[in-house]
Amino acid sequence: MFRYFVRRVLQGVLTFFGATFIVYALMFANQTDPLQALAGERPLPDNVRQALTERYHLDDPFIVQYGHYMRGLLTGDFGVSLTNRKISEMMSQAWPVTIRLAVLAMIIAVMISVTAGIISGIRRGGPFDTVTLVITLILLALPIVVLAPLAQLLFGIQLKWFPATAGADPGLFQLILPAAVLASLVIATEIRVTRASVAENLRADYVRTARAKGLSKRRVIGIHVLRNSLIPVVTLIGLDLGNLMAGAIVTEGVFNIPGVGFNLFRGIRTEDGPLVVGFVSILVIVFIVVNLVVDLLYAVLDPRIRYE
Amino acid sequence: MSNVESVTQAETPAAATAPNGGDGGAEKPRSLASDAWRDLRRNWIFWVAAVLVVLVVVMAAFPGLFTSADPSFCQLSRQHAGPSGSAIFGYDFQGCDVYARTIYGARNSVAIGLLATLMSGAISLVIGMAAGYFGGWVDALLARGIDIVLGIPTLLAAIVLARRLSDSEDSGFLPVVLTLGVLTWTTGARIMRSSVIAAKSQDYVAAARMLGAGHARLMFRHILPNAAAPFVVVLTILLGANIATEATLTFLGVGLRGDEISWGIDISQASQFVREAPAPLVWPALFLAATVLAFIMLGDAIRDAFDPRLR
Amino acid sequence: MTDIKAEIDVLPGLDSSARLLEVEDLRVEFRTPAGVARAINGVNLHLDPGETLAILGESGCGKSVTAQAIMGILDSPPGFITGGAIRYRGVDLLKLPEEQRRKVRANHIAMIFQDALSALNPVFSVGFQLGELFRVHRGMSRQDAKRRAIELLDMVKIPAARQRINDYPHQFSGGMRQRVMIAMALALDPKVLIADEPTTALDVTVQAQIMNLLAELQRERNMGLILITHDMGVVADVADRISVMYAGKVVEEAPVLDIYARPAHPYTKALLESIPRLDLKGQKLNVIKGLPPNLTRIPAGCPFNPRCAYTRDVCRADPPPPQYDVAPGRTARCHFWTEVAGNEPAVS
Ligand SMILES: Nc1ncnc2c1ncn2[C@@H]1O[C@H](COP(=O)(O)OP(=O)(O)OP(=O)(O)O)[C@@H](O)[C@H]1O
Ligand code: SF4
Ligand SMILES: [Mg+2]
Repeated sequence: MFRYFVRRVLQGVLTFFGATFIVYALMFANQTDPLQALAGERPLPDNVRQALTERYHLDDPFIVQYGHYMRGLLTGDFGVSLTNRKISEMMSQAWPVTIRLAVLAMIIAVMISVTAGIISGIRRGGPFDTVTLVITLILLALPIVVLAPLAQLLFGIQLKWFPATAGADPGLFQLILPAAVLASLVIATEIRVTRASVAENLRADYVRTARAKGLSKRRVIGIHVLRNSLIPVVTLIGLDLGNLMAGAIVTEGVFNIPGVGFNLFRGIRTEDGPLVVGFVSILVIVFIVVNLVVDLLYAVLDPRIRYE
Repeated sequence: MSNVESVTQAETPAAATAPNGGDGGAEKPRSLASDAWRDLRRNWIFWVAAVLVVLVVVMAAFPGLFTSADPSFCQLSRQHAGPSGSAIFGYDFQGCDVYARTIYGARNSVAIGLLATLMSGAISLVIGMAAGYFGGWVDALLARGIDIVLGIPTLLAAIVLARRLSDSEDSGFLPVVLTLGVLTWTTGARIMRSSVIAAKSQDYVAAARMLGAGHARLMFRHILPNAAAPFVVVLTILLGANIATEATLTFLGVGLRGDEISWGIDISQASQFVREAPAPLVWPALFLAATVLAFIMLGDAIRDAFDPRLR
Repeated sequence: MTDIKAEIDVLPGLDSSARLLEVEDLRVEFRTPAGVARAINGVNLHLDPGETLAILGESGCGKSVTAQAIMGILDSPPGFITGGAIRYRGVDLLKLPEEQRRKVRANHIAMIFQDALSALNPVFSVGFQLGELFRVHRGMSRQDAKRRAIELLDMVKIPAARQRINDYPHQFSGGMRQRVMIAMALALDPKVLIADEPTTALDVTVQAQIMNLLAELQRERNMGLILITHDMGVVADVADRISVMYAGKVVEEAPVLDIYARPAHPYTKALLESIPRLDLKGQKLNVIKGLPPNLTRIPAGCPFNPRCAYTRDVCRADPPPPQYDVAPGRTARCHFWTEVAGNEPAVS
């Protein structure tokens, strides 16, 4: 356990530096006029240019620039947007909304996909499984740019079941439709992995033992098979977080939800480079940290790794 | 979006073991490929997907077969006009023919999807084979590299990269291809790596090595053919995923732009006026979804045919 | 303990004067896409308390399937029981409703599997997996169940049972894991124990320890033991009777000493000749020629006829040889058993 822990944390740290370095390099390396790139097509007043040069230490060698950038990230100083707002402040306003949305989406996704995945895995080839297979295919094929506007059109504007856009401080009800849209991004993969995992575990020898012990079918599946089957699903949920974050950019943009994704959406559209760099950096960090946590959780769930 | 991609990631173990063939009492050993083809022919999903793929590719290559209208001929006077005999999907905000634009939109999607996937495939081939074949520190190093790239959510990196690569003059075509190619090779590399490792341990490869076959010969004659099936599966699904990501990048404003005709641009524009006119949103969205679906279904069907475990 | 048990599961019709276990004309088939495999084609077995019956036979002859059918844990589909009866103290288990059938398992008939590592659930501690039996079947509290689980580990002589109770299967050595399996099978004091190749996955030295433990526990409890094995040496040591299976049938059944002295079926004879013997060291082993039949296409007549040295025309035609009575308590399915049994085992 300890060795696994240390190894994973070290890997996480390495990934962290590698990933942030790449993101930073993507933004700044070898650019003839990085500041103009940051600002996009807007004219750049001299005083802003001055401030940005200082901010990003553009007069220093690249690696030093990266060092300054990292120090900023690690001390919670994410910089200032072109509209002169502190990114850390925008973040702290946006996070609660996005977390609410993501948690709601995760709950919806896990509830649906674990239930459907288990039933499909048990009754492979049956009508439920076939229907589920078709639905997962369709869900996989619906990119978020298709799903979000269409869901808004259908359920928000035409059927009027849910509000078409969320307000400044959206409550649970306003968030249901966008959360469902986000959830459907990950439901398909989660169903498939649950199904495959259940199917594989049902064939395992220990299931035969459990039946030989005179346990009811319910207990064999509900306890023995399920506990094993959910291990890969939990890992997947960590990976899915990256999808959710990416999906949140479009979803929050379409539904006008003032979260992290919305800020990023607006930042991209208004070509606010510093805002984009700041937000993306933070999201990358969150993604890496969550995946590290999930990996450690994996060890808690699977004793074979825990006592390696 | 990268949701499609994580399917391949999540299910790679299955695909990776495919070339090792069937489980249990295979009585008369048939070739895996002919077995798979027999299975594939009986799978309706495969046929639906194949027909759709052919249709989309033809649409991309010869849009003139489907419409005689000019997709870039727009008249504001026809703004949001309803369907008519000549423009069966009606007109959009700028008064362009939605049907013609939707047909012509296939070209960019398919071209970007193909080129990006080829690039990604080439990168994963080289990296995956190197890691699997040489093992040791090469493998360790490349594995860390894969970890790092996986540590960056694809769309986030793509947003930064696509912006960085494009200068505002061009159409954004090349930047999108490069961005997708550079960011999506990890799954393919992993598959390639595990396939090569599996193939390497097989007797005939060991025999070939003892007979003095060189690195290159071993790779291309003996190892690669075995790794081909799962790799093709991953690339087919990735092609669908790339098309979806392109549309998302374009929708966000960091992909194609300007006068380009693309589903992403149309969706992005139309979604602002969805209350007034849903049709210009719905049609390109449906075409996009059908295209992505076709490639994913194709990859799915091939995987099922080559993976005997879940039969 | 016994009276609690009697209270919990009274099986209707349980007759303590009837045979402990009797399998009659059991038939099982697997319906697979490649065709219907007739895995069991009329198996007869019986077992008394305190007795050890060994089942022998080549791989794929249906030993495990027979065991699974008796336990009622056949994978279905593809496996289906298409005929016969399995009577436990006079109660036909195949006619019981699933709920009662379930209670027969572990309470009356229990089973040990070959590979304990995969047969135990990797994500639960052995304490949980043992205690589960008491919680589910006896309604015990977690604590009581754990106490009983520790007693069980003591019973199978696992050192420091109290400390190891929360360990996971992969933390035990192979031999210790098989002891855990044995403890699990014996937890509810069953009257019949089926051990399906209990030592095949183990080192030779550990094999003997496990067999001794099994034999000892069987004696203490006066259980009937069905021992499925490939190991003729073990059979000679512990078994009372032997049933030899071929292509889903018992081709010969006899007390252990008789069968070694005078096999009455050519297949048994061939099996015995294929045992490596110390006194014949250095000589070539007689391996049985050919392969067992494909179960989807069992040959007409005697299923052994393509490989048999005694084959004549009658062997190739239906009906297949019936179960001939060779001696009291001895049967063989061979038309020419007199001839086979008459010859001394060929030692060439
Ligand atoms: N789940 C199943 N599906 C299909 N066929 C099966 C299944 N289980 C067993 N069989 C078939 O039934 C036959 C008998 O198998 P069984 O496992 O009883 O053999 P065995 O005598 O125990 O052999 P071994 O000594 O190898 O354990 C085999 O030919 C096998 O192919
Ligand atoms: S019946 Fe004929 S084929 Fe069968 S075992 Fe006897 S002699 Fe051999
Ligand atoms: Mg067996």
